[in-house]
Amino acid sequence: MTAPLASTLPPLERNLPRGRTLGWLAALAVALVGLPLVLPGYQVSIAAQILIFSVLAMSIDVLAGFAGRTPLCHGAIFGASTYVVIYWTTTLGGSLWAGALLGILAATALAALFALLAIRTSGVYFLLLTLALGMIVWGVCLRWTSVTGGENGLRGAGRPAFLADHVSFYYAVLAVVAPVTFAIWRFVHSPFGMTLRGIRDSESRMRALGYNVPLHLFLAFTISGAFAGVAGALYAVFNDFVSPSTVQLSQSVAGLLMAITGGIGTLLGAFVGAACIILLENVVSLFTARWPTVLGLAFILIMIFAPEGIVGRARLALARRR
Amino acid sequence: MGINLFQILNGLTFAALLFIVASGFTLIFGLLRIVNLAHGALYLFGGLVGYSAAQATGSFVLGTLAAMACVALLGVALDQGLLRFVRGVELRQVLLTLGIAFVLNDLGLVIWGGDTYTMPVPDALRGAARIGPLFYPKFRLFVLGLGIVVFAALWLLINRTRLGALIRAGVDDPEIVEAMGINIRRVFLGTFALGAALAGLGGAVGGAFLTLYPGADAEILVFSLAVVIIGGRGSLVGAGVGALLVGLLNAIGQVLFPELAYFVIFGPMALILAFRPLGLFGRTA
Amino acid sequence: MDRRSFLKATALTAAGTFPMPGLVRAQGAPIRIGLLAPLTGVVAAGGREIVDGFSLFWDERGRQVGGSKVELIVEDDASNPDTALQKARRLVEQSKVDMLFGNLLANTGLAVANYVKTNGTPYFIPVIAADDLTQRARIRNVIRAGGYSASQFSRPLADWALKQGYRKVAMIAQDYAFGHEQCGGFAQTFTEGGGKVVGQFWHPLNTSDFSPYLGQVGSLGADVVFAMETGADSTRLLQQYASFGLKEQLPLLGAQNATDQSVIRTMGPECEGVITAAHFAEGADLPATQAFVKTYSGKFGKIPSLYAFSHYVGAMWVAKAIEAIGGKVEDRPLFLDTVLKTDLPDSPLGKPVHFDAYGNPVYDVFIRKVVKNKDGKYWNVPIATYPQVSQFWHYDPETFMKQPPYSRDFQGIKKA
Repeated sequence: MTAPLASTLPPLERNLPRGRTLGWLAALAVALVGLPLVLPGYQVSIAAQILIFSVLAMSIDVLAGFAGRTPLCHGAIFGASTYVVIYWTTTLGGSLWAGALLGILAATALAALFALLAIRTSGVYFLLLTLALGMIVWGVCLRWTSVTGGENGLRGAGRPAFLADHVSFYYAVLAVVAPVTFAIWRFVHSPFGMTLRGIRDSESRMRALGYNVPLHLFLAFTISGAFAGVAGALYAVFNDFVSPSTVQLSQSVAGLLMAITGGIGTLLGAFVGAACIILLENVVSLFTARWPTVLGLAFILIMIFAPEGIVGRARLALARRR
Repeated sequence: MGINLFQILNGLTFAALLFIVASGFTLIFGLLRIVNLAHGALYLFGGLVGYSAAQATGSFVLGTLAAMACVALLGVALDQGLLRFVRGVELRQVLLTLGIAFVLNDLGLVIWGGDTYTMPVPDALRGAARIGPLFYPKFRLFVLGLGIVVFAALWLLINRTRLGALIRAGVDDPEIVEAMGINIRRVFLGTFALGAALAGLGGAVGGAFLTLYPGADAEILVFSLAVVIIGGRGSLVGAGVGALLVGLLNAIGQVLFPELAYFVIFGPMALILAFRPLGLFGRTA
Repeated sequence: MDRRSFLKATALTAAGTFPMPGLVRAQGAPIRIGLLAPLTGVVAAGGREIVDGFSLFWDERGRQVGGSKVELIVEDDASNPDTALQKARRLVEQSKVDMLFGNLLANTGLAVANYVKTNGTPYFIPVIAADDLTQRARIRNVIRAGGYSASQFSRPLADWALKQGYRKVAMIAQDYAFGHEQCGGFAQTFTEGGGKVVGQFWHPLNTSDFSPYLGQVGSLGADVVFAMETGADSTRLLQQYASFGLKEQLPLLGAQNATDQSVIRTMGPECEGVITAAHFAEGADLPATQAFVKTYSGKFGKIPSLYAFSHYVGAMWVAKAIEAIGGKVEDRPLFLDTVLKTDLPDSPLGKPVHFDAYGNPVYDVFIRKVVKNKDGKYWNVPIATYPQVSQFWHYDPETFMKQPPYSRDFQGIKKA
């Protein structure tokens, strides 16, 4: 009934030979490591922000692109981790490392809870249910004033000294994001990931083949939540501040838009998508305050003309040429 | 005891508004399979148009009609101009309407500047009426009545007219209707216009007692989503029951559990959806 | 600080100025001011007025101050603290502004304040009212030029209410720090003066429907109601208060924002007669006030709101300090000290104002009533004045700051 967003994509193993993928990855790695050497300070912080949101977008892609379930609650899961980190490091005065670990655990637990409620649904119902679940998180953060600081949020205690300047923070983020990306990559290409794709393409067939579909979806959702939690913890260090706007619906929408812009089901498209959206926002706001219009138009145009996203498009083009 | 009747009336009148808005949403969702996330934006835009028209003409009724007409046209334009490119792909449609919502809200901000507006109400509906021991705003009672009228009109339309029969058939099996030589596209378009007009009606009426401001769109949208999810796709009775449930939960929840205001609405909704994924009155397609 | 600006800083130190941290302006370069305002999002209308009021002042000055050109860089904070933070970073780190101004919502202001704490950029907040920014959690480079702390004006209002003979108040307020603080100021003064708080209702921001609360307010036996509301919430509360027939039964007092022009300019008779307290009354019969109202109305077609006048006043205040130091804003300690020492005798507020030792202004506070003016528009007219009201009211600052900040759980209510 529901055609996944990425249904038009050929399987990606076929259109990119392994060697070339590795070449691209190496080039990307060099570019990412060299970035702070050529960019001024503020742009480096933007680059760090892009990396953080790439992880959020990848976590969404795990569900949307590989399990065929498009979620609208990952902003809330991401932000829950941010809240836990800031609360732990300021209100409770704990260490950042323990805080980050707790944040990721909290996000994972939250995702597991959401998964229990949501995996029975699919298509737009899944989208709407996860939207509602995210709204609950937002409502709790807004109203549980004694813990969350309500509307005003929580202010952090400042970044640790060794992460204070943009360049060292960027490398710290890169040092986290690179292995996380590798982990997600391995995850979706594992036999487990293959089964997920099977479920995406035909749930009934996988069920008939004896796969435990709900269990697979539950695990995929929970693991994707853990990755969103990693991004949220990084964001806590980046912003040193959290408020209900970090967990609100528009955060989930932004994450999903990044995943879609890059290309659902392409994983690494998340980097392209996050870069496009964040850079676009930065450039557009120099010229006009009409950012919502620009974002809305971007959404409309992508949906009409390039639903497979930038990376997806490029792959299709490559595949066709061969 | 006066306070209890009061809360129940509050819940009922809010439910009536929710029903007006959500019935439009559920019609479009049911027949066209489009989760129109721009429905809230249509509500707000309609309300603002209604406000300006009512200011210009001095008439609440004309303002309301203008709101409905303008939003119905907008709905048709969106359906024909944009949504036609993504027919049949549910998720692309949902996300496309989200983009439309962004643009429409920003447009409203540019035109009306983001101040808070109140739809002017005719003198006859101003002030409070006395019901037994308590005073209650006349306008809210009017909204309650309007909600019932809209429900009755839609029920008759769907259950007693040929168009209604086509809509019902279209909800269940659009291919068969098409195969019977009926231009289902026109039915679809009419339904979209009707659904949008209901959002415009909601905006004009809601704008008179909930006011119109940036962000009103998202609020009403989230409430409408809750109504439709609880009630089930395309079900008029479901929208009615869902609206009553959400309206009453909202009124009573805010009094009894002010800390958990959102939980009181979305908690039950998440549970219903988890155990009845298609809502209370939803049917599989 | 990057290496290049450090070198510049060192070079200038040699030229005889005080050594200071932060970035340095080249000689003769314009003074760059970053203005953060919500141009989109829920409070976009207020954001527009922030920009209007602020630029009006600089335009009148020909965008010059203390011998330097003034360059304004406006950024949209989208009514969202995450965006505000990002834009503040960009203004400071990329546009290299000498100071930041603005923000409307408390959470955006608090986010930016937390950021400038780490780098010392002067940040002026004519609207952000969070008490602790100039009390327990004072940040030296955050100064409330043209602004006020949340509980500052509700105390004289409570005093005035007691003098009218009101003894039992029901309070309805937005459930966040700004609401807790304004209510706390009122509740503390009111109960210490012998009054009683018969009920407090906290509702979430953007409550579209006040009926659940209004239903309870009527039955508490109060003789007066205090409402702390902002923006659209305020419009709805005033309106629903009237439509439930409460306006005839219970007099309504409000915090400053409740009857600000941004709220009442689109309203009808529902707002008439509501009493609030503030440092500005657009209907005050004071020459400086009326001159400003006339200029602003002539240019923008509406009577100025809190957002417009306080940014105008804030700009005027800081400009006077910049002139006093000959434009040397790069000497931050000198600049901040001078601002705090600067008095403003002739602003649109109509009364002279000065800072207390904590970076918060001391004002003559008007008790204001909403009436219709000769053009048929509603505006606030003073009916009483409390001279020289500081954020600490009659308390000793040190003693006062030993009590916890106001919150939902602590309202300073004196047990009878």
